[in-house]
Amino acid sequence: MYVAVKGGEAAIDNAHRLLAEVRRGDPAVPELTVAQIREQMRLLVDRVMTEGSLYDPDLAALALKQARGDVVEAVFLVRAYRTTLPRFGATEPLDTGGMTLARRISATFKDLPGGQVLGPTFDYTHRLVDFALEDGADPAPAAEAKPEADAAACPRVTDLLGQAGLLEPSPPDEGAPVGDLTREPVDYPADRALRLQGLARGDEGFILALGYSTQRGYGRTHPFVGEIRVGAVELEFTPEELGFPVSLGTVDLTECQMINQFHGSGAVPPQFTRGYGLVFGQGERKAMAMALVDRSLRAAELGEAVVVPAQDQEFVLAHCDSLQATGFVEHMKLPHYVDFQAELELVRRLRAEHAALAAEPVQDDPTLREAAE
Amino acid sequence: MPSVSQTPPPHSMPDLAARQRAMARAGEATSDELRAALARTGAVTEAQDLRPTETGLVMVRGRIGGDGRAFNAGEATVTRAAVRLPGGETGFAYHLGRDRVRARLAAILDAHWQRPEARPALEAALDAIAGRRAEAVRQAARKTAATRVNFFTLARGED
Repeated sequence: MYVAVKGGEAAIDNAHRLLAEVRRGDPAVPELTVAQIREQMRLLVDRVMTEGSLYDPDLAALALKQARGDVVEAVFLVRAYRTTLPRFGATEPLDTGGMTLARRISATFKDLPGGQVLGPTFDYTHRLVDFALEDGADPAPAAEAKPEADAAACPRVTDLLGQAGLLEPSPPDEGAPVGDLTREPVDYPADRALRLQGLARGDEGFILALGYSTQRGYGRTHPFVGEIRVGAVELEFTPEELGFPVSLGTVDLTECQMINQFHGSGAVPPQFTRGYGLVFGQGERKAMAMALVDRSLRAAELGEAVVVPAQDQEFVLAHCDSLQATGFVEHMKLPHYVDFQAELELVRRLRAEHAALAAEPVQDDPTLREAAE
Repeated sequence: MPSVSQTPPPHSMPDLAARQRAMARAGEATSDELRAALARTGAVTEAQDLRPTETGLVMVRGRIGGDGRAFNAGEATVTRAAVRLPGGETGFAYHLGRDRVRARLAAILDAHWQRPEARPALEAALDAIAGRRAEAVRQAARKTAATRVNFFTLARGED
């Protein structure tokens, strides 16, 4: 625990003034605008929206500017902002099947109705630093082509495979209340809906490492990428005073459908199982890692032994939130003078007792030994 | 302040689907476009607030596997406005984001849209706005289409 400490107000004020000046950097360099961050650091903005669990590109860009580009600090600002707002309700569940696609790939099916479209991707780039960007030249305009007729409707790959019974169906919506971990603390075991909410806002690095661990053998689930789709989806909301759904506008999302090793039982013939990932903006790495961990967290449901971290709900959900993690780790910086003073006194006493014992080696007092242990 | 519940129930509203469509299209417009649309009808932009225009949150729901049980994917900022015209029509807007001026203008437009004499001019203005937007979507679709993979299989083997 930490205790109140007086003093230091002037130092704190001046530290924050210094922070503002350092944040601005060299005044000879033009200041970044929020719009520039939103447009040109878009994947960073998307990550802050996803982990901040709040879709608002301008707000995420502003938070990044204020946080000097520190993702966790920006997430902190976004989460703090959301606590100041009332909640009007929940949207109608969105339909990723109706997404206006910017990208859609499958590593399992070559020929898909609607096709595979790469969109703006780092895949297949050579990862050579492009020094031409230093000069800020305008890029060549993107190529254009007439969309093919089947591009208008692109069913999810899992819907196609599901029709043949080869793939387990999604858990049906029976209208059960949807748990919300921002409203009630998580009870374990947590249901899959609650786990997905936690994974969606979880730290990308942590989820990525856990997903990677399942591939390396810590909870092997033998995954394939059924489909990744990136694009815009319309959100609908039914206000109480209107009683009919209205369009709120569109949000950019990334969805990953992971297809995993078969599973079967006496009652169900062998079929592929699934993991699911859904994040704000373009966040393929996060969506893929989320889908891997979603599947590994289904171990108990699918009769697999729960032996590795990525299968352990409480381990994953209680540690995946970057804000909670940073809060507990970083609070260690705050004054712990009284706690440490108490520890110091104890060590001094034990050392004195130890020295006394060493001076009288024959004596063996069990009460002293206990205190030292 | 008058109660928000003075809005007539949906079954008594004419052309519910048309109103939803108009509200959705107004939601895609900029503040300037909304002002211009209202100006075209000669409609006054004076309106009484049924509720102060405010920014809040909605919880965005997804579905497990894309088509299964609902789950909470994360929140989004939404700004809502509720207004009443001197003639008694009430208008509403719910938009993603934090733009209160735009939401209030859209709510005023929604209220005027319910006046039969104002509707044709507003629909024409919304058509123009939708046209601008559709062109942007079409161009994005053309750029996306250029990145479509056309697989071909190399012949191999003896036959």
